[in-house]
Amino acid sequence: MTSESYRSVVLVKQVPDTHNVTGDVMTKDGTMNRSALPAIFNPEDRNALEMALQVRDKHGGTVTVITMGPPKAADVLRDCLYRGADRVILLTDRAFAAADTLATSYALKCAVEKSGAFDLVFCGRQAIDGDTAQVGPQVAEKLGIPQITYAESILELKGREITVQRTLDLGTEIVRCTLPCLITVVASANTPRPPSARKRIEYKLAATPLELAALLAKWPEFKTEAGLQKHLSERNQLIPIWAAADIGAEPEKIGLAGSPTQVHKINFVVLESAASKDIAPTREGIAAMIEELVKEYIVG
Amino acid sequence: MPDTQSVWVFIEQNEGKIADVSLELLGKARELADALHHELTGVLCGHRVKELAQTVIAHGADRVLLADHPELELYRTLPFARVILHLARSRKPEIFLIGATSNGRDLAPRIASALRCGLTADCTDLQIGEYTDKRENKTYPGLLYQIRPAFGGNLIATIVNPRTRPQMATVREGVMHKPAADPKRKGVIEEIKPDLEKGDLALTILSRSVKPSTVHLKDSPVIVAGGGGADEAADFQMLRDLANLLGGEVGASRAAVDAGLISSEHQIGQTGVTVRPRLYVAAGISGAIQHRAGMDQSSKIIAINTDPDAPIFQVAHYKIVGDMAEVLPLIIQSLREKAK
Repeated sequence: MTSESYRSVVLVKQVPDTHNVTGDVMTKDGTMNRSALPAIFNPEDRNALEMALQVRDKHGGTVTVITMGPPKAADVLRDCLYRGADRVILLTDRAFAAADTLATSYALKCAVEKSGAFDLVFCGRQAIDGDTAQVGPQVAEKLGIPQITYAESILELKGREITVQRTLDLGTEIVRCTLPCLITVVASANTPRPPSARKRIEYKLAATPLELAALLAKWPEFKTEAGLQKHLSERNQLIPIWAAADIGAEPEKIGLAGSPTQVHKINFVVLESAASKDIAPTREGIAAMIEELVKEYIVG
Repeated sequence: MPDTQSVWVFIEQNEGKIADVSLELLGKARELADALHHELTGVLCGHRVKELAQTVIAHGADRVLLADHPELELYRTLPFARVILHLARSRKPEIFLIGATSNGRDLAPRIASALRCGLTADCTDLQIGEYTDKRENKTYPGLLYQIRPAFGGNLIATIVNPRTRPQMATVREGVMHKPAADPKRKGVIEEIKPDLEKGDLALTILSRSVKPSTVHLKDSPVIVAGGGGADEAADFQMLRDLANLLGGEVGASRAAVDAGLISSEHQIGQTGVTVRPRLYVAAGISGAIQHRAGMDQSSKIIAINTDPDAPIFQVAHYKIVGDMAEVLPLIIQSLREKAK
């Protein structure tokens, strides 16, 4: 590593693919079958990872990826390894469950600090399951560092200063900020590199300690989980799991207890029926509709 | 510290002009403050913006907290957060509403995190009501109901923050109605001396280019919108033709934007623009709540969809079951004949 290299941490999330809600997901009684939704790598988090990888490609340094989620979120971490991340960490614990953005950002802050010294923290602008865009700025606040939201490109990274182009609803802005800082990345920032075939082979065995039992069934020659764990660990294939106690998180600040927002009620969407007219998709049907709209001064 | 409890609205201004969403929020916040018998306060930060304070009062505020300082000229997270946090910690507002603009969505979570309070993004309605926490077996009266579509817009959630203050929420532009200004309205303008620290200036704005928006969905009397059912660029050309014929703009659902058929400036819905045109044509839009939240107040809605059970039909005034590629030309033709 040169003196100009940078240590980046990327925060990613596995999300239900809410953009592709199909008929299987909504049940007849109006409830939702969440398991019918595929779990995916949150799209803008892929752009965040790509931005961090580009920094490392250009300047050297490391890219560490942290995700908080259920044990199966290890899938997105493997994806990150295939795309070029140096190190991945799964933050998982029942105590983290039902966290709102405040409790989530506190847990992520604890994990970032535990992961070691860093220069840059990257995350996607927002996750498609909530669209809140709150976790990035909240993690920055908890880390006590500046934030650069809606980053589209890094124009310069030199010494302890970064120059970034941001995209805003009113236009664009070019800002310079001291390191360390947190950057939230938008979808238009870059095209994420695909997982590499070579890395897929390199990390073929990558697994968390929670997945050892399943792996052991595939490779009985290791005999015990401990034997398999040792094998993976020696080959840099063991994805570490951090629980609340591992990151020194205060119990009252995580999960449900640490979440000030509460859901008062959820309404499945009951649509108000407008007084509606069926219009035949024919020349006559349409002409009659237009006639009516003209009479009511809606068109014309 | 004032003894009265208060509802706050962050007044966003850009180059001396108050953002529409801030004025819209003042209208809603006035209703909330009246229901709770609270004072309504506008928080205005900037440089040489004193003359805007009266506009804030004219739109319903009882008090304006005015922080005027050269370092506040352009919005930056840390200086703005410093000023607002200082005020919020000493005055303890009950409710704090912020427009869900780029800047508002940058600022609100920073404030909520520092105050360790709850924040709900992109609310489509705000009401006052009570909430019973079943675990504590305790009822909280007069809470802010923060209502928003959730889970990709397939549900509507009502969120409350029973124990932490302020109760914070962001709301998109166009969701609330802008109140009429009353220039004679009286209020208190309180000037605040910002106490910035060196660390607050870690970020410098080198340049800023404001692009004039070429899409004016919000003020358009007619919107012709396409969705996931428009799978070809040709379909959008037809939507443009119809929009031109009707003197309107082209809108889109998230599906169409995600598919790259049209830019996100055209997106209508909870995460896009909220519109109330005289006529809304929804072509090939299934009508997820996320979209309907942004258009269901339109005066007349024509929905075109091949699926007779598409949810969009339930808010439509005119229901046309058919392929947009066939129906749109019929509408265009019929309008042209009418114009002759």
